[in-house]
Amino acid sequence: MTNSSNSMRTPLSKVRYLGSAKSGTHHAWMMRVTSAALIPLTVAFVWIVLSLVGKDYNTVRETLGAPIPAILMLLFIGTSIYHMKLGMQTIIEDYVHGEHAKTWSLFANSFFSYAMGLACIYAILRISFV
Amino acid sequence: MAEVNTRPTSPESRRPLSPHLGIYSPMLTMMMSITHRITGTALYLGTLLLAWWLLAAASGAKAFATADWFMTSPIGRLILFGFTWSLFHHLLGGLRHFIWDLGRGMDHPEREYLAQATLIGGIALTVLVWVAAYMVR
Repeated sequence: MTNSSNSMRTPLSKVRYLGSAKSGTHHAWMMRVTSAALIPLTVAFVWIVLSLVGKDYNTVRETLGAPIPAILMLLFIGTSIYHMKLGMQTIIEDYVHGEHAKTWSLFANSFFSYAMGLACIYAILRISFV
Repeated sequence: MAEVNTRPTSPESRRPLSPHLGIYSPMLTMMMSITHRITGTALYLGTLLLAWWLLAAASGAKAFATADWFMTSPIGRLILFGFTWSLFHHLLGGLRHFIWDLGRGMDHPEREYLAQATLIGGIALTVLVWVAAYMVR
């Protein structure tokens, strides 16, 4: 951001919604939102998985396909995938400095995150409805 | 990040450099910061296991048996134990960050207590969940 005194733009217009990353505080804010949501959702996830330890195939499907566990799992997966995509983006931006390597790493981060998220969501929905 | 100094007498070269990780002796708060990133990365890769397990359960009894065989094998249990610890350590690390976001717990010795609580709490919760897992089994 330039601080030249002859700019026509007001300081407010420069910072509103934007910044050097063109997304303002959205990344940092969503990290807090997903973190807060993941506190109870992680407890729910651990509880659900713990209840399935040593259970047979049919029992696992029955439990995961029931409305409340399925919805909690979908919320946990959706939130944690978004959270981990933001986190890995920060790690890449901190440690990968070459422009090409950084760009491709950020691409790979998006691909991996969405692939894992969609695979898990598809599996839960299939268990629930098929 | 500081660049290699090619002009030792230029005005730019006299600017102070931010301290590098390598010049510190390890401190608990520093190690907790590093493990927060490492556990985050472990959980990131751990989604592969979660996706495998869920897709296997969605696919059929045979695929589920294969995934179940791996998860309950010694190496599978070790990975899941590491996943459990990463999950709790990262969760408590996140709570610590929330406390900092509220402007609390940044002074000495509070930050040391928080770092110790993260470390001990993460291990304790992991052991608790695994004891429970073996009891319900």
